[in-house]
Amino acid sequence: MQVTFWGTRGSLPSPLNARTVRSKLVNALVKGSGKNLDTPEKAEAFCEQELSFAEAGTFGGNTSCVQVDTGGPDYLICDLGSGAREFSLSALGKHGPAKPQTYHILVSHVHWDHIMGFPFFVPAFIPGNKIKIYSCHAKFEQAIRGQSHEPCFPVEFTSLASSIEFITLQPETEYEIAGAKVTGKLQLHGNDSYGYRIEKDGKTVVYTTDAEYKTGDRGAMERAAAFFHDADLIIFDAMYSFAESISVKEDWGHSSNILGVEISQMAKAKKLVLFHHEPVNNDDRIQSILGETIRFEEITRTGDPLAIVAAYDGLKIDL
Amino acid sequence: MSCSETNLGNAVVIKASGRIDLTTAESFKDSILAALAAAKTSLIIDLSGVEYISSAGLRSLMTGFKASKGQNKTFAVAALQPLVLEIFTISRFNLVFPVFETLRKAVESLDPDALPAFDAS
Ligand SMILES: [Zn+2]
Ligand SMILES: [Zn+2]
Repeated sequence: MQVTFWGTRGSLPSPLNARTVRSKLVNALVKGSGKNLDTPEKAEAFCEQELSFAEAGTFGGNTSCVQVDTGGPDYLICDLGSGAREFSLSALGKHGPAKPQTYHILVSHVHWDHIMGFPFFVPAFIPGNKIKIYSCHAKFEQAIRGQSHEPCFPVEFTSLASSIEFITLQPETEYEIAGAKVTGKLQLHGNDSYGYRIEKDGKTVVYTTDAEYKTGDRGAMERAAAFFHDADLIIFDAMYSFAESISVKEDWGHSSNILGVEISQMAKAKKLVLFHHEPVNNDDRIQSILGETIRFEEITRTGDPLAIVAAYDGLKIDL
Repeated sequence: MSCSETNLGNAVVIKASGRIDLTTAESFKDSILAALAAAKTSLIIDLSGVEYISSAGLRSLMTGFKASKGQNKTFAVAALQPLVLEIFTISRFNLVFPVFETLRKAVESLDPDALPAFDAS
């Protein structure tokens, strides 16, 4: 399997502004001064080797959309945040608009940041495309139809030319979708959300965002670890610091890097992806949270190491 | 994990030792709440004997801290081992309540009248 992250930001799109881009440029120019960076190749190598990811790039600002390539002809994506627009353009770019495709979409829940990309999901406008939208959430069809409707959007859902189907899933039940085994699980989150465990060819990805895991409740931790068990990749809602998540932001429906590591360790998972980044966190902040999380994993490790990655728009992970 | 309590002027000091994790966090919380009820003005938690604290143990501290605010008492932790201090920093618990380098500094700040007794002990 290959996992591609098209949108990784929580709550609302958070693009870089001119001032931030300028400060990255200034920093890079100062660090590169006197280094004879007179060709694109030398400059590229300098960015790669001498600058951190946050200095040379950005984690990105699109909201949740993750593509899971299961190796078959159909597409499988999780959530329809603003990143879904870029996913859809890339898919169209690959095949051209004249060649119909099938898109399977798992929806965690219908908070706006997880569905706002659908009105701009270009394949929905093209006849011949099949779009199958799945969720355990009771109101996903109502919400997705409802946002493509006046006065919020000028193109009515009913006028979309592709064939669009809504399929309700039962939680804790295994389905075959896009050639993979998919199981949903209810998560603690305002208005409910669902995580999905996706298995194919002996590899497992767990997509668990907008989920508040509670520490101190052994049963809840063990149930979460059972859902994550032996996963190769866990895409985890690490929006808040642990202290925030059990004080001022308790019951706001999100988790922390600390719980991501602890539950992944209990589950003997292989790789943890910090996801649904807090919009107020800039690139430097996310980079330092990543460094701290790597360190936290080191000092709490009891078994095999758990790799830690911070998701960014454009990240690809091969399993 | 074990806890022992000492009365010191208007403060109570709990000295915790060992590992505070999912298995021991509940009894750690109970010890904190009991000591807080007994304390006149302040509770200080001496973590010098704690080699590891998991999120469950941090939650016990948070519960104690919230209860202390409800009872108008002051709350602090002191003397963290380097690894535990790192866990505090990464989880941002260093921003929640006062964290003192030594127990003496905690006593000096929370219950200065008890300092002579502390120094004599
Ligand atoms: Zn969200
Ligand atoms: Zn949400």
